[in-house]
Amino acid sequence: MSDNLSTFFAGVRRISPLTLGVAPFGMICGAVSVGAGMPEWGAIGMSLIIFAGASQLVATQLMAEHASMAVVILTGLVINMRMFMYSASLAPHFKGMNPVKKGVLAYLLTDQAYAISVARYGEPGSEVINKPLYYLGTAVTMWTCFNVSTVLGAYLGALIPPQWNLDFAIPLTFIAVVVPAVKDRPSLFAAVVAGLVAFFANPLPYNLGLMVGAVSGIAAGYVMERRQSDG
Amino acid sequence: MDEKIVFLTIVGMTLVTYIPRAVPVLLLASRTLPEPMVRWLSFVPTAVLSAMLFPALLLKDAAFDFSLDNFFLWASIPAFLLAWRTKNFFGTVALGMGLVAAGRYFFG
Repeated sequence: MSDNLSTFFAGVRRISPLTLGVAPFGMICGAVSVGAGMPEWGAIGMSLIIFAGASQLVATQLMAEHASMAVVILTGLVINMRMFMYSASLAPHFKGMNPVKKGVLAYLLTDQAYAISVARYGEPGSEVINKPLYYLGTAVTMWTCFNVSTVLGAYLGALIPPQWNLDFAIPLTFIAVVVPAVKDRPSLFAAVVAGLVAFFANPLPYNLGLMVGAVSGIAAGYVMERRQSDG
Repeated sequence: MDEKIVFLTIVGMTLVTYIPRAVPVLLLASRTLPEPMVRWLSFVPTAVLSAMLFPALLLKDAAFDFSLDNFFLWASIPAFLLAWRTKNFFGTVALGMGLVAAGRYFFG
């Protein structure tokens, strides 16, 4: 039992430095949702229930632009598709667990919890630890940090005078997320093609420009990466 | 925002963000995704966010805006540079917001 507890806290400890990056992200998520005209309960509810910061920001921005609900939800899905690969890669480590518990672990999945847990599972000595509990330690830490900071952000954001216009905060968070994610030429190419195509395709109805841009960017990055790896 | 739309959007978003997290872990026992799919997915967040970013910076009321009044565009340049050099999330957002606020105060 105490072994399990120490496994859980090993996960908590290893992920805790990352809370420094997640706390401002959560606060900004809360503040900009309120700034974009969402009620506080909506901003907090999004974080508690949806628990997907990037999808939430994208949804808030699209709602502020009066996109249709179908567009908002579809874009939220696309942004969270990366969880598909995290979840698939964690599946063997959670083998044999009760599906309800798996369902809870899946709800808590984030980029950070995935990255930290998989790093640990690849290290020596990982065969003997309780892998789901280690993951739970990382995931619960992220969940708590993100939600506490969203609540703070939502209420602090409501105090900011409306003439300060938080409307630029969402595009800025996109810059702050995208730029560090551009690590090589294929990802740079993906970003530039996606942005330019979306810009030129902007007059298309139903925010189709966004999807056309995104798909073009993904295809561009994919093709360039394949060409590089083929020599 | 209409509260009913906010509520329905949250319900829909909850479903679509939960499915990609849950389906593989519940249904795939030990198989990994095909390599091309993993590569394809790895470009998704960058491409989508970038596709939202460019129009947000370059357009105003659906028209191309390259004027000096487009504070978003000009403030985004130092923010880009800071994000690139430091990878500092909070610093990038704070710098951009500060510059837009200053621009509106002095020139707005």
